[in-house]
Amino acid sequence: MQMLKRVHARNLVEWAKNRPEVVVFSGDLTTSCEVDTFREVYPDRFYSMGLTEQNMMSFAGGMAREGFTPFVHTFGVFMYRRALDQVEMSIAYPNLRVRMFGFLPGVTTPGGATHQAIDDIGVLRVLPNMTIVETGDATDVESVLDVTEGVDGPVYVRMIRGEIPRLFPATQPMRLNTARVLSQGEDVALFTSGICTEEALRVCHLLRDRGVGIQHLHVSTLKPFNDPVVREALAKARKGVITMENHTILGGLGTAVAETMAEIGCGVPLRRVGIPDSYMQGSSKPFLMRHYGLDALALVAQFESLLGERFNISESQLAEVRLGTYYSEKQQEAL
Amino acid sequence: MTWQTETERIADRIRRCVLDQTIKSNGGYLSQACSSAEILATLYTHLMTLGPSEGPMIPPPFTPGTAKTHGRTGGVYNGAKAPHLDRFIVSPTHYAMAVYAALVATGRMAAEGLEQFNLDGSSVEMIGEEFSPGHEVTGGSFGQAISQAAGIAVARRLRGDSGRVWVFMSDGEFQEGQVWEAFSIMAFHKIDNVAVFVDVNGQQVDGRMKDVMDIGSLAAKLMAFGAEVAEVNGHDVGALAQAGAKRPSDRPLVVLCHTEPYRGIALLKPRYPNLHYVRFSSDDERNLYRQALNQWQEN
Repeated sequence: MQMLKRVHARNLVEWAKNRPEVVVFSGDLTTSCEVDTFREVYPDRFYSMGLTEQNMMSFAGGMAREGFTPFVHTFGVFMYRRALDQVEMSIAYPNLRVRMFGFLPGVTTPGGATHQAIDDIGVLRVLPNMTIVETGDATDVESVLDVTEGVDGPVYVRMIRGEIPRLFPATQPMRLNTARVLSQGEDVALFTSGICTEEALRVCHLLRDRGVGIQHLHVSTLKPFNDPVVREALAKARKGVITMENHTILGGLGTAVAETMAEIGCGVPLRRVGIPDSYMQGSSKPFLMRHYGLDALALVAQFESLLGERFNISESQLAEVRLGTYYSEKQQEAL
Repeated sequence: MTWQTETERIADRIRRCVLDQTIKSNGGYLSQACSSAEILATLYTHLMTLGPSEGPMIPPPFTPGTAKTHGRTGGVYNGAKAPHLDRFIVSPTHYAMAVYAALVATGRMAAEGLEQFNLDGSSVEMIGEEFSPGHEVTGGSFGQAISQAAGIAVARRLRGDSGRVWVFMSDGEFQEGQVWEAFSIMAFHKIDNVAVFVDVNGQQVDGRMKDVMDIGSLAAKLMAFGAEVAEVNGHDVGALAQAGAKRPSDRPLVVLCHTEPYRGIALLKPRYPNLHYVRFSSDDERNLYRQALNQWQEN
């Protein structure tokens, strides 16, 4: 598995080259949100907004009304939490082309409750006109800008940063409202998002060897949530459904899947892996994933509970799994 | 007739129009019209460079969707968008009634339009939204319009437009933290094509700002935040015009317009300071206002 650094920093500069309508706003987190290179290359299109998040969101709405596309960069919490009314009334209600890049989802920061976006999807999913996408690897980060381009309204992008893996081939970009199918199987439909997909891939690898049929889908669009690929997977699941997300189990992927299951009459049990209904503490990502039940072992435990079997998977076995690059099933067939 | 006389006549019409509609609707934001009539009249007749209204004289009913799907906002009543023309942003949209009345008084909307005020299904809403006549953004959640205006102003600067962005605010809004964020950012980015007129009527829903939450000297605070500040009698159209004619080169202009919340309608005075929304307590009271309207001497 290839690891890459500062993917967004490079990608945004290249992508914005011939898009003069794109302006970048930063809330005093320019390097932290990987827009320092953009600031150097296009100083005239970079707006330092300081710590004025409420102002920054409304200001973005004003510029978007005039035909510019503000790319607002700060930590997710400072947009959906601190400035929710501004996001709603200055951006979502008039359905403006503002892109909100929300960094530090869930366990990806040791910054504690103030910095961890654990409920952003739940909060923003209920906003009319809002589109929500989440990145899980370098390919997602590289292609999410193209995904936003086609959306004529606000988009919240749940971003990962720093050193990130490439799980999916660079030639297979993220597509709006289309899950990546990573494996086929008829026992369990497994939906994972963001950084959880990498964790789940380790588990799937071992469980397949133990004869469990898993349809594994990487979901990157949280709103809208009417992807036929998701519905097909649910309809095929014989024994149960599991969701795994770097978000509280309320309001995010698990809830969206539960709603869809109810709508289509999918009568198998659902298990939701995610942050319990709780704020977290400031600690490392591995600690938080273990402590709040968001790691591979937690996922194994849910498979065991769902299927009534013990798989005897150890931590060292999980650590030994070497992840390659995951071609989506359908695209794999086409190769 | 001098322009001052004409502008005062428009201000008078704004008050009368809002009084009339308040009686018809058995309630309305009457005090806001009393304090802001000269400000709106001076902006519309003297300060703002606007094209003719592009809105229908009788506003269409509310239709679901956004400015984008409809291709227009209530700003069409303030004329076309063009590089040399000004823009008008209303922030405290509880003043909508006064704004509608200003449109009627300046011939941008028919009087029948105001009669749709607060009726079910009408776009002439009680608290203006971006589809309501005269309104270009949704400002009713206070403190947001000034930031949106700053965004519009920066976009206009990038395009090289010569037109200004005029913003109407009220003093109670300055209790919102976002307002100060907005003035900080305008000073930092040297946004000088924004001119803000503030109705300093000292009033908010619960009563006098002094009692609810006194915020001290707006002028001193705004100057400290980098704005060019003028203070005028908000009922003196000459002073309003003179203050608005200034165009500082590297900072926003703020004109603090000191006003009386019962100006021109003496009947309101006994209600002071509970003036936010005037609802008649009895038929007798409503009749008193009706008499005042009938006896109104048109300027």
